[in-house]
Amino acid sequence: MVSKCTVCEGNVTIPENAMEGELVICPDCGTELELVTMDPLTLEEAPEVQEDWGE
Amino acid sequence: MTSSLYFFYTRLRREEKLLFQAAEDLGIPFESVNVRDLTFPDHLKLKENDVAVCRCVSHVQNLALARALESKGVRTVNNSKVMDVCGDKIATAALFLEKNIPQPDFKVAFSPEGAVEAAEKMGFPVVFKPATGSWGRLLAKVNDIETAEAIAEHKSFLGPHHQVFFIQKYIEKKGYDLRATIIGGKAVSLIKRISDHWITNTARGASAEGMKLGEDLKKFTGQIAQATGGDFLALDLFESDGGWLVNEINGQPEFRNSINTTGVDIPTIFVEYAWQLTKNI
Repeated sequence: MVSKCTVCEGNVTIPENAMEGELVICPDCGTELELVTMDPLTLEEAPEVQEDWGE
Repeated sequence: MTSSLYFFYTRLRREEKLLFQAAEDLGIPFESVNVRDLTFPDHLKLKENDVAVCRCVSHVQNLALARALESKGVRTVNNSKVMDVCGDKIATAALFLEKNIPQPDFKVAFSPEGAVEAAEKMGFPVVFKPATGSWGRLLAKVNDIETAEAIAEHKSFLGPHHQVFFIQKYIEKKGYDLRATIIGGKAVSLIKRISDHWITNTARGASAEGMKLGEDLKKFTGQIAQATGGDFLALDLFESDGGWLVNEINGQPEFRNSINTTGVDIPTIFVEYAWQLTKNI
């Protein structure tokens, strides 16, 4: 599966076993993208780390 | 009625994928749910005695999720009381104090002036830590009173969560700390996290190597696990001249660096444990 980077519109390959919430890196611009829906395949820029994130 | 196993998540980290893979390899039926798609109470269709592993990367979201699920009688892992204690360093320190568990000396102050005075009384260096937070974010090692004044003033502009000051005595830990992973009250793995930097989180670039769990650490980690009461924890430990100290407890542990370094299959052990909970209810 291939989708478009929301920042640079480069092609981003999505692994076959990918799931919602997975992160992928755009090979062209390096933006961290989050797979927000599988059907339709939708990528968004991954949110910045928040203050309460972690373990 | 049969209980079911659920994994709730927001961001799919390596850990969540490893847990799903372990469940699939074990042939254990489960459902993975992205919290992003949910509202409460209409979308949470779990039934009483189902087991829900809460793995949101946000502490606030994870706690809200656990509370919502518990209101329906769901067995949460970890439960919200454990999340509350682990997600707030002041609550953690207060619990250790109550249970006489050795930890670095600390003080809690409620004003910038009080924080500076507390730090001076403790003796420098000290570490200013946000009560909530992880991955080594916003920690400040403070070596003198001028820096304490600057940090306290800066924090006073950071919002309500930073108006309670948690100050810990800096422990000279000789370039490493230890991370023990606890499942069902017992330590299953131990790693040493090594860094030239005083912050030894692997999220901040520390390297990890496996260690054998000695009897002293089995006993110490067991004491902490019992006091905390969680199903799945990670403990950060310091070795001091006076013996072992517990620095923090993590209530939604990341464990990717504890698998290859120790040879312990943490995802499989944890999934088997969680699956067993569906039988025991």
